[in-house]
Amino acid sequence: MNLYVLLKMVPDTVEELNVAADGKSLDAEFLRFKLSDPDEYALEQALLLKEQHGGSVTVVALDAPEVDDVLFTALAKGADRAVKIPIAQAGLGTVAAARVLADFLGSAPFAPDTLVLPGSQAIDDLEGELAPFLAAALKLPYVGVVCGVTPANGRVTVIKEFAGGLRAEFDVTLPAVLGIQSAEKPPRYVPVAKVRAVMKSAQIETVDLPPPARPGQLEIERTYKPEAAGRAEMLEGSPDEVADKLVDVLAKISVI
Amino acid sequence: MANPILVLAEQLRGGLADITFEMLGAGRALAGAAGAPLYAVLLGREAAPLAPKLGRADKVFVADHPQLDLAPAGAIAAALKSVMDQVGAGLVLVGCTNVSSGIGSLLAAKTGLPLVNFCRGAKAEGGALVFTSQLFGGKILSDVKLADGRGIACIYPGAFPADAGKSEATPPVEKVDVPVEPPAVVFKKYLEPEAGDVDITKQSILVGVGRGIQTRDNVQLAEDLALALGGAVCASRPVIDQGWLPLSRQVGKSGMSVRPRVYLALGISGAPEHWEGMQNSRCIIAVNTDPKAPIFDGSHYGAVCDVLELLPVLTDKIKARKG
Ligand SMILES: Cc1cc2nc3c(=O)[nH]c(=O)nc-3n(C[C@H](O)[C@H](O)[C@H](O)COP(=O)(O)OP(=O)(O)OC[C@H]3O[C@@H](n4cnc5c(N)ncnc54)[C@H](O)[C@@H]3O)c2cc1C
Repeated sequence: MNLYVLLKMVPDTVEELNVAADGKSLDAEFLRFKLSDPDEYALEQALLLKEQHGGSVTVVALDAPEVDDVLFTALAKGADRAVKIPIAQAGLGTVAAARVLADFLGSAPFAPDTLVLPGSQAIDDLEGELAPFLAAALKLPYVGVVCGVTPANGRVTVIKEFAGGLRAEFDVTLPAVLGIQSAEKPPRYVPVAKVRAVMKSAQIETVDLPPPARPGQLEIERTYKPEAAGRAEMLEGSPDEVADKLVDVLAKISVI
Repeated sequence: MANPILVLAEQLRGGLADITFEMLGAGRALAGAAGAPLYAVLLGREAAPLAPKLGRADKVFVADHPQLDLAPAGAIAAALKSVMDQVGAGLVLVGCTNVSSGIGSLLAAKTGLPLVNFCRGAKAEGGALVFTSQLFGGKILSDVKLADGRGIACIYPGAFPADAGKSEATPPVEKVDVPVEPPAVVFKKYLEPEAGDVDITKQSILVGVGRGIQTRDNVQLAEDLALALGGAVCASRPVIDQGWLPLSRQVGKSGMSVRPRVYLALGISGAPEHWEGMQNSRCIIAVNTDPKAPIFDGSHYGAVCDVLELLPVLTDKIKARKG
């Protein structure tokens, strides 16, 4: 199969996020970036498909801090090609990002067994998700919130999540765009030494494309942290003291 | 009169999802402020009989084509675009749910209208609309303005009260024809959730663990606490995706919705997709090392503490108290 995985960097929300002086964007200075969770699963799903059914995996990313490490890690995990488009992802927005990526992906006709696999959504998808915008730009079928992909007879059977643990199977003609939410297995681990070796032996291809005419098209009035309105009553102290207070709370609400 | 506001009614297996009423309530308020009519759109043969329940809308447009039952997002977006064009709609509300995933974005791509995702709030300001979008796993909010009131908003479940979207009134229903193309995505079958060893929706005490639990082995610490409390362990998505607990224990958007007497959120950040599944718990107690974790915003009690240190001590103290 001809598999494309689109990798997007997002701020690590374990770190504190601050609003920039413009009151509209995030303060980039202290942001630490990581690969968007669903994209991690999209890569794993592609690698599993390649192992089971043959083919090649190309990972594609726009420019962002720490993205080279992520691309090399993908190569170390088993991707065949890593492509970086030197257009900054920051401030681009989903619509413009989809346009750039569609220019890249759509520059040659697709092999019939092509799957384009972005993550299902990202935590900063203010303008919408990448997968459906890409599908629209490439005029390909789309399914989102996908957690399983099985090829059969030139098509794929995909599993889409609903709520309450309910899932459903859909039959999809190829080529197609699937928004991947999780894979059949957790993302594989690759030792740092292997990534370092790949950094020496392999290369990230750079593909120049014209930047989109209109980046981020929404009019953001204000960006802020949620007010701590309904904030919890905080129990302070060492773990031992917190445990005592929690026992009291549980007794108060008659749980123990 | 301003352009009509459309709500895409969401249904699954013959029932309307709560988000439909939540959007009708939100849409009603916006329509009132803008002096616009509020219309609901029902797509599919299975959906058509549900029209009388949408009395909060001024009118319900129904396209009862069988191919729109469990249709792919592309087909729904095409049908919705056709209804938009037929009624001259300015704003469309779509659920930010797994069932409707991608429909809003595909509609935005088809119409060229702006889309505001992950909406938790909405208000009218003159002819403009301002939507509050919840980003970065709940850590940041952005107010986004649609200056001419035209666009698509994807609404988070639980953000608006469902009661405001319910009415005893019987709405006028109008059938519409929409284009239906041969689908490239075809529904095959449901995969029913596997019955787990415990039904977490029926438990009154839940010990929820998140990525903060760090390893499969540490899940046992939560099991010990649940045993001492007479409850069960459930988890956020990363714990389930790692295979540390079965899918039947997942709480949230794709998992179960629970409303126990007490929900302990241990090492769970409080992302909207998790919050959705446990927000109705009677008492929420959150323990997290990050004082800025969004989970604290809606919890009743909180502690900034390492769960791995807390768990064994807490379990012992509970055992001691229970005698
Ligand atoms: C379509 C879709 C559907 C989804 N469905 C679901 C769903 O059904 N259920 C669900 O839960 N999620 C779902 N998600 C994922 C959701 O967006 C979040 O990624 C997820 O809820 C985060 O889980 P978490 O809080 O465990 O992990 P994180 O967000 O990584 O948070 C871990 C937390 O643990 C804290 N921590 C770390 N170490 C410790 C320690 N030692 N002691 C105490 N605290 C510690 C950290 O400070 C952090 O706050 C869905 C996402 C999408 C896009």
